[in-house]
Amino acid sequence: MGQTPMLEIKDLHATVDGKAILNGLTLTINPGEVHAIMGPNGSGKSTLSYVLTGREGYDVTSGEVLYECESILGLEPEERAAKGIFLAFQYPVEIPGVTNTTFLKEAMNAVLKHRGEDTMDAMEFMKFLRAKTKELGIAEDMIKRSVNVGFSGGEKKRNEVLQMAVLEPKLAILDETDSGLDIDALKTVSNGVNALRSPERSMLVITHYQRLLDYIVPDYVHVLANGSIKQSGGKELALELEKNGYASFTEAA
Amino acid sequence: MASTMTTPETLSEQFGHVRDRLPGADVPWLSAMREAGLDRFAALGWPNTKTEAWKYTSLQNVQTIPFGLGRSAEPASKVTVVPCLFDGEKAGHRLVLVNGHFNKNLSALQGLPKGVVVSSLAGILKTEPGIVEPYLGSIGALDSQPLLALNTAFMNDGFVIKISKNTVLDSPLEIVFIGGFEDDTVIHNMRNLIIMEENSQATIVENHVGMPSSGCVDNEVCEIHVDQGARLNHYKLESEGANATHLNTAHVDVARDATYEAFLLTIGGMLSRNEKTVRLKGEGAHCAINGAFLLRGKQHCDNTTVIEHLVPRTTSREVFKGALDGESRGVFQGRIVVHKDAQQTDGHQMCKTLLLSDKAEIDAKPELEIYADDVKCSHGATAGQIDETALFYLRSRGIPEVAARELLIEAFLGEALDEISDDSVRQLLRNKVGHWLARDI
Repeated sequence: MGQTPMLEIKDLHATVDGKAILNGLTLTINPGEVHAIMGPNGSGKSTLSYVLTGREGYDVTSGEVLYECESILGLEPEERAAKGIFLAFQYPVEIPGVTNTTFLKEAMNAVLKHRGEDTMDAMEFMKFLRAKTKELGIAEDMIKRSVNVGFSGGEKKRNEVLQMAVLEPKLAILDETDSGLDIDALKTVSNGVNALRSPERSMLVITHYQRLLDYIVPDYVHVLANGSIKQSGGKELALELEKNGYASFTEAA
Repeated sequence: MASTMTTPETLSEQFGHVRDRLPGADVPWLSAMREAGLDRFAALGWPNTKTEAWKYTSLQNVQTIPFGLGRSAEPASKVTVVPCLFDGEKAGHRLVLVNGHFNKNLSALQGLPKGVVVSSLAGILKTEPGIVEPYLGSIGALDSQPLLALNTAFMNDGFVIKISKNTVLDSPLEIVFIGGFEDDTVIHNMRNLIIMEENSQATIVENHVGMPSSGCVDNEVCEIHVDQGARLNHYKLESEGANATHLNTAHVDVARDATYEAFLLTIGGMLSRNEKTVRLKGEGAHCAINGAFLLRGKQHCDNTTVIEHLVPRTTSREVFKGALDGESRGVFQGRIVVHKDAQQTDGHQMCKTLLLSDKAEIDAKPELEIYADDVKCSHGATAGQIDETALFYLRSRGIPEVAARELLIEAFLGEALDEISDDSVRQLLRNKVGHWLARDI
């Protein structure tokens, strides 16, 4: 169809504290697609998400990452965010003293500014934010509180989804969004994520367990073990993994 | 320019030169007090780093600066705009001191409510010294503090605020100290008094500014009485120029059911030392001694506090936050003393510092001296760098690194600023912090 890929990862090798974690990871994601990456602990799932978003301490030793056909490995985290890459953290960070409102407004305006668009003033932004919280069924008092402080696991993950809704990224990476959630919270968060699906938006859903993928149904599933993708398939692959575990993938690569 | 160290002998000489020009030269009890101050300083000498209370702060550079009277009238006439915190629409009553001297023209003291006295110390000593006789030197004992002894000898001008019984001062009163204005480099000795009579209430905001290059030294003493049921909010902003030295010794007596709330924001000056002693003397007395110090370059800021719980059921709270950049040095010495009879004391102290550079240093020495057995006390001091995970979280949402750091530092300091009860002052000081972060000041 002549579509340009959203994300192309080519033979990526990366180390953390000198230890090789990603060993030749290759993956292509097209616009509108939802890809799931599943793997055992230590396979490199979080490392992948941090390399894609440019976290310090995660060093690429070889390979390429192209986002909308442009290499992003030399870009700062804020530059990648401005281009439309978003990471929903596995453990969202608590930031006492900074309200959700301030945080979201600063982020929104930073991204708008980077794109050369007009920023929003306080009133415009509040209106915009209220609409989003209403859509997601998030109580308004939550946005007045400090970022993630005193939030339950489910509230923290809902806050990540709210940020996604506000910043409208093109590529959303969800790092073990299901960790620490009970069924009800899982459903609520998944509904929020699904509401953000669109032909122009791609998602990379990183998870350990299959259960999340009952709610956020992927187009493709990849098995990540020992730092590279061992097998790819459709959503049935997830059910196979649930039945058989990761053992066959973690034997000698 | 004299560069020899002032010794007790040369000090007597310097005193001899100015004695007749100091206010109240003809008031016997005051003269006796001054002589006692000189004698006491002769016995104590300059504080040095071998004295425990001065372990981290050196006064080497101050000891060669002569004691002077400060040039008052003429330079002050060249001040056209008073740098107030409360200006424009928000302007209220203010007392202005230039080079350590009260300036009537720049002050705005008309229309003060009944029962409120705001005046210059020098003025009162010249006309009605009897008003301050019961208070001067009543709670600042000369015994152990050399700087207090020096100030008692050389005290020149300062402010006197007296709020009568049951009088409530509705809006904040600002005291502006403009230092080093076309002044020779001298040590100014300002003596201040605040008397809050029973059930009175007031908010006093001290605003210390100075000329950028002035190397002047302020050696101030403040004696504060908060009588039964009274409430005093006492806030201070130190934003003098880069070469200034600010030394302040304060003594506060808090009576039954009275409250003393203080906040000190230090952003200016080369060397700053605030030593505050609070005595909670009546049941139900409460004090909140809070502050924030923001330093860069080679600035040095020392906050030394002593809170004494003397009777049962008194409470104290201390929250200090520091942000140190460059090669700056912060010092926090906080001592809580719970006397034998002070059962059911509730006293908590915390000092947290963010180190923003490799060479910045904080010396924190919290001390608890507890002689009673039914008390709740805590103290803690932490020092660390900006949380890298929080920084990455903000940047991953598009917030540029510099802005993200500022947001985190501001949030960190905000916890201390949140302790300020007065909304307008809290906002003003928050703005100052914002300016400091943006490197506007």
